[in-house]
Amino acid sequence: MASVFAYAPAPESRSVVDIAPSYGLFIDGEFAEAADGKVFKTVSPSTEEVLSEVAQAGTEDVDRAVKAARRAFEKWSALPGSERAKYLFRIARIIQERSRELAVLETLDNGKPIRETRDADLPLVAAHFFYYAGWADKLDHAGFGRRATEGIAGANPRPLGVAGQIIPWNFPLLMLAWKIAPALATGNTVVLKPAETTPLSALFFADICRQAGLPKGVVNILTGYGDAGEALVAHPDVNKVAFTGSTAVGKAIARQIAGTGKKATLELGGKGANIVFDDAPVDQAVEGIVTGIFFNQGQVCCAGSRLLVQESVHDEVLHALKRRLSTLRLGDPLDKNTDIGAINSAEQLARIGALVETGEAEGAERWSAPCELPSAGYWFAPTLFTGVSQAHTVARDEIFGPVLSVLTFRTPDEAVAKANNTQYGLSAGIWTEKGSRILAVANKLRAGVVWANTFNKFDPTSPFGGYKESGFGREGGRHGLEAYLDV
Amino acid sequence: MPTTAASPKLSAPFEQGGPPLADATASDSALRRFLHGLPGVDTVGLEARAASLGTRSIKTTAKAYAIDLAISMIDLTTLEGADTPGKVRALAAKAVNPDPTDRTTPRTAAVCVYPDMAATAAAALAGSGVKVASVATAFPAGRAALDVKLADVRDAVAAGADEIDMVIDRGAFLSGRYLKVYEEIVAVKAECGSARLKVIFETGELSTYDNIRRASWLGMLAGADFIKTSTGKVATNATPANTLLMLEAVRDFREQTGVQIGVKPAGGIRTTKDAIKFLVLVNETAGEDWLDNHWFRFGASSLLNDLLMQRQKLSTGRYSGPDYVTVD
Repeated sequence: MASVFAYAPAPESRSVVDIAPSYGLFIDGEFAEAADGKVFKTVSPSTEEVLSEVAQAGTEDVDRAVKAARRAFEKWSALPGSERAKYLFRIARIIQERSRELAVLETLDNGKPIRETRDADLPLVAAHFFYYAGWADKLDHAGFGRRATEGIAGANPRPLGVAGQIIPWNFPLLMLAWKIAPALATGNTVVLKPAETTPLSALFFADICRQAGLPKGVVNILTGYGDAGEALVAHPDVNKVAFTGSTAVGKAIARQIAGTGKKATLELGGKGANIVFDDAPVDQAVEGIVTGIFFNQGQVCCAGSRLLVQESVHDEVLHALKRRLSTLRLGDPLDKNTDIGAINSAEQLARIGALVETGEAEGAERWSAPCELPSAGYWFAPTLFTGVSQAHTVARDEIFGPVLSVLTFRTPDEAVAKANNTQYGLSAGIWTEKGSRILAVANKLRAGVVWANTFNKFDPTSPFGGYKESGFGREGGRHGLEAYLDV
Repeated sequence: MPTTAASPKLSAPFEQGGPPLADATASDSALRRFLHGLPGVDTVGLEARAASLGTRSIKTTAKAYAIDLAISMIDLTTLEGADTPGKVRALAAKAVNPDPTDRTTPRTAAVCVYPDMAATAAAALAGSGVKVASVATAFPAGRAALDVKLADVRDAVAAGADEIDMVIDRGAFLSGRYLKVYEEIVAVKAECGSARLKVIFETGELSTYDNIRRASWLGMLAGADFIKTSTGKVATNATPANTLLMLEAVRDFREQTGVQIGVKPAGGIRTTKDAIKFLVLVNETAGEDWLDNHWFRFGASSLLNDLLMQRQKLSTGRYSGPDYVTVD
């Protein structure tokens, strides 16, 4: 249907970002080719255009990077916290100054809409560095180790050493911030491997480290594939492993480091339940459902991918939800009016497609928003399944795409039982106007984050992490410091 | 642009099991139960949605369309103690011919005045297609006896008003006497004859979003043709959030009853950028059936000149200045 008020294209300019034809690994403050000279290409998921060619790290490069981080550790950890804070504040300010450039870059490499990188990713990235910069000189007062004022004896909290960090492709720069900011604030040095489909923003961050005058070797960036990540985790001189990604890889890492004394935080998959009670503010709940599962095309570990709606308002909520989904604007991620961007890779698109086929084969009823998909790139229309039961694959497996499974419940107890009946436990949402119900239900949910009358709200002051197969350890907030300290 | 007829009754999922709307106004307690049974409004979520729609980037052809549409939706307003026939005639001339340098500029929807100026406005606008809107019912406070308010309405209609902008009794609303508010609107509507009735809630005085949703339904049940945010005489007037909420109300009302109601934000909308944000709210909430001055209005005065300057900028590529639009 031709719209009366059709929005003309409003693309953000690409000219604010200058992408080099090739990039090296960032080791010891310098960009260098991989030891074996291997490279790989990174493409823009919305057009399949090749953006750049980056070095592919191997075992030898991992060893060089860890050694550089180890050399840097002695001086870096000995700096007064207030001095480390200065670097972090400087990095945070440079990120703010370059936020437009970084937002465009992230949108190009990841495929997510500029509206999200501009309004969510980049402000959160800067906020994370500002927040942990503030902790750097207050670690003795964070509640770990010796607490002189409370008469508790012991040592002050100490940094662990070299942190090996592996991050996913869904929020490349934000996940980097979640990993690097607390690590540096606590006096650790890092070797970070971004995902192979989204290496560019981490390499731009390397440039920001140089711009901020960060001492050599404190931050090292290795672009590459899973084998480089595996070598990093296995390296004997790594003291701490921080991983965000799939549960399967998380389990492999846990097995790999068992018995080594390496400390680990794993932030893995999820199948979040968004619970809508019959007294919910319906229009805002619909917005929350949309934010919960269609933010970043649903490629969010804490996505609200299961909608649990009370039977008495099922039809009303579904009617409003479908009407709202029909207004979502899918297309060019650089257009400022785009709500839904591209899926990150052909591989991920195939995985989503396969799970959706399984959902249909198992008898769930599929509905997809009416929208035209571009001919090039990787796209998937916002989709929901109704008539889903706990036994359906689409209610159990993490899809990591714009696909919502709708289930119903009759009583609060049933809602809690169904919400908790999953191998995961990362996030949940509660929608009701009744405050006492929010508290009662939230206390029974086994999920690391429970949102009340909102969803997918993030803040650096708030700890984030999972129950069960969603991982362990917390990132963000005061709790996020502990993962990088010997307490 | 053609006016859109009320669309046929759509699916009404909300009605299942609930009482028919006619029963809602049967008694004070029934009305209270109905209004308090409407879904609550989450303040944070509503304002976040309004802010998010405010980031839409409307450029080039879309901007040109939006500017012309916004001009055609203005109720060009003067509601001052100092109003004179001369001032009203000048405003009427501007409504008919907003930009003397460009005759393709659309006319505004209406001129909005006090009842004693309605006849002057009607004479000045005769044959132009621009409507005469008159505030009434002891505007803006509404603190008068019902027969005084009804006489005020009768006067305005007799003087040639095509549209009546009434204020609700906020005191009665806030003390929970919903049926009194309802019956007053019904009585005013009866006096309007063929004039369309806009019901002003003074959202700044109702204060909560739950109240604004309840007032919207109350007004629509009572026969309002338009629901309108505010008088422009208090500190908080039209905001994106309260207008978004009222757009949700008219959307839901049409889905349940098949009857389409208009929305008029008034007060505080001064720039083209603001006006376009409101049009985006209309487009993405109520839908394109409301993108027409039969169903959506802006109560404004200084907004028009900003729209005209932006319109000139689009056609000439240059910004002019305040002396290139008329001061009335």
